[in-house]
Amino acid sequence: MRWLLGKDLRILARSRLLVALLVVYPVALALLIGFAISASPSKPKVAIVDETPPGETITLGNTRVGLDEYTNELFDHVQVVRVPTRAQAAAKVASGDVLAAIVIPPDIVSKISSGVSQAQAEVIYNGDALKQSLVRSAIDSALAQANLALSQQIKSVAVHDLDLLLSGGKIGPLGSQELIGLRQLPQTLKAIAARQPSGQDKATLTRIAGFASLAANNLGIAADVLTTVSQPIAVHSTLLHGKRTPLDTYAVVVAVSISLMFICVLLAAGGIALEREEHMLTRLLRRSPGSGGGLVSRVSLLAEKASLGAVCGFVVAFAMLLGVSAFVTLDLSRIGLWVLALAFAAFGFAALGIAIGALAREVRAASLLAFLLSLPLAFLALVPSGSVAVGLYDAIGAISFVFPYKAALQALDAAVNGASPGLGASILHLFGVTLLFAALAGFGLRRAE
Amino acid sequence: MSQAGLDAPAGGRPGSEPALGARGLGKLYGKRQALSEVSFDAHAGEMVAVIGPNGAGKTTLLSILAGVQRPSAGTLVHGEGAAGSRVGWVPQNLALYSKLTVAENLRLFARLERVEDPERALARMLEQTGLADRADDRVARLSGGNRQRVNVALGLLADPPVVLLDEPTSALDPTQRERLWGFIVGLAERGACVVFSTHVVGEAERYAQRVLVLDGGRLQFDGAPAKLLAEGGSEDFERAFVAFLAKRESP
Repeated sequence: MRWLLGKDLRILARSRLLVALLVVYPVALALLIGFAISASPSKPKVAIVDETPPGETITLGNTRVGLDEYTNELFDHVQVVRVPTRAQAAAKVASGDVLAAIVIPPDIVSKISSGVSQAQAEVIYNGDALKQSLVRSAIDSALAQANLALSQQIKSVAVHDLDLLLSGGKIGPLGSQELIGLRQLPQTLKAIAARQPSGQDKATLTRIAGFASLAANNLGIAADVLTTVSQPIAVHSTLLHGKRTPLDTYAVVVAVSISLMFICVLLAAGGIALEREEHMLTRLLRRSPGSGGGLVSRVSLLAEKASLGAVCGFVVAFAMLLGVSAFVTLDLSRIGLWVLALAFAAFGFAALGIAIGALAREVRAASLLAFLLSLPLAFLALVPSGSVAVGLYDAIGAISFVFPYKAALQALDAAVNGASPGLGASILHLFGVTLLFAALAGFGLRRAE
Repeated sequence: MSQAGLDAPAGGRPGSEPALGARGLGKLYGKRQALSEVSFDAHAGEMVAVIGPNGAGKTTLLSILAGVQRPSAGTLVHGEGAAGSRVGWVPQNLALYSKLTVAENLRLFARLERVEDPERALARMLEQTGLADRADDRVARLSGGNRQRVNVALGLLADPPVVLLDEPTSALDPTQRERLWGFIVGLAERGACVVFSTHVVGEAERYAQRVLVLDGGRLQFDGAPAKLLAEGGSEDFERAFVAFLAKRESP
């Protein structure tokens, strides 16, 4: 086996372009996927037509608020391109310079200030369905944030006015007028009624005092009602299922596992397929009459190719992890667990590789098959629960279970981040998957002979 | 069907121990009978040619003799004098590592064959195949003829007592063929049992002491080339071979 391994390493050393591609391509792909996962989504470019007069303010009760305060809330969620007219905005959307345009009409302030009619803004979209969906989602979210900020302001003005009505205070220019509060009214009226002789006036005053008391009690809870109406659901987050993995270190795990997968699968598959393509399988495996066995056994040949893929993949993946640890904080005291997870994952991927190599007839077919199989499996394993229908997610889970990527991702996540499920369960899973694909490779090789 | 062609005793040297023999070999590919009831012996120092039309079962027979495939029926006989040795095999398709040099290919297989002194075996094969000056060239850069010589050399590294060659000259020009046959004849002269298949029936007449004619997976003739000439009723070996097959087909 060592002679064959030495031969393969020599051939690999002479295939510099292949080695460069084998290392650069998966690492680049993995880094791109890692960045895509860890980076926050970019703001969509949106044209804004603000038709309101400059410096216009919204009057809410006694409070005046600049419109800019709310439009800024909206603009924080998009990349703003200011244009003067609706026609220019529509042209920019049509040409693809911006993904959408928002037109703020000149009467928006008067409508908000009126408190009885709803203000309306216009949104202009273009692009394909996916783009529209993304932009709609971003703009709806931004408008919701602006609406929330505005309703908070309306709520606080209303709560202030209610408080004035209940507790009394000074109103008018420079607090020139003293307002009696609804809460003081029953007691004052009762005192006046007590001084009145019995009769209709006293009875009327007593009834008014009762009504004032009832009104004060009911208006007392109105502030809480307004708070609830302005933000019906407040979110409090609780994470179950073990330790939470930071997004950047999870992205590292994804990037490393994808690189490991490609190197192991491609090398192992290519190694077996190359022996077949160069007509070497029969030379190596034939059981010559008189001597009993072949030059190498089928098991040795498969083990050699799996080792080739696993060792090369392990070296690159481990170097990646160490290199990344210079930029992202990784717990280096867990390095022993990294090695364990990487080793099992590498052999899991290599087993898949030798199975592909044994079933394919030539190197190109094996490489193509390795790509066609590996990439979708990686994406399937990254589909989060709840993002697709339950039945589909279960099907994805079942497919991911019989291939090594998901188990390798979980093993690495457990080793690097201490995430759940634990390393032991993932390693056991990888071991099972390795045996399964090794058996499949043995079957494929027997067919190939 | 006449059995005249099989009247000769199996093996060219009655009484001597065969280096390699077949007893009732058969091979089924699904429902197709590729080989049926093939029996013969081959002896040390003998060159045996296997000829026949396309699809006759020549490659199947040689690959069973080499241990590449298992027979569906029958057994192989391996001479006691060759016990423990591997049968040397030169496949029809070049089986070489094109990214390795000639010497690296030979050295690797000398080690895999567990040859006692791999470097000596390497030097011997380079000298015998006339490839010493190309030892450090990668196989991918060799001509078709030189690649075939390396292909043959890999089959002979362990100095096997039995050598099987499946159409060894199919990709070579006439000069390269002559050189290769000179080399193969030398093996037989040194005592090896050589069994080869060929499409060029003239090579069978020229180099083999015995000819096996396969047709439809059955052994139709086992004897000296001169006997096949007589059976075919022609002085030209190729015509005699074609006439022999035609006679077999018509009752």
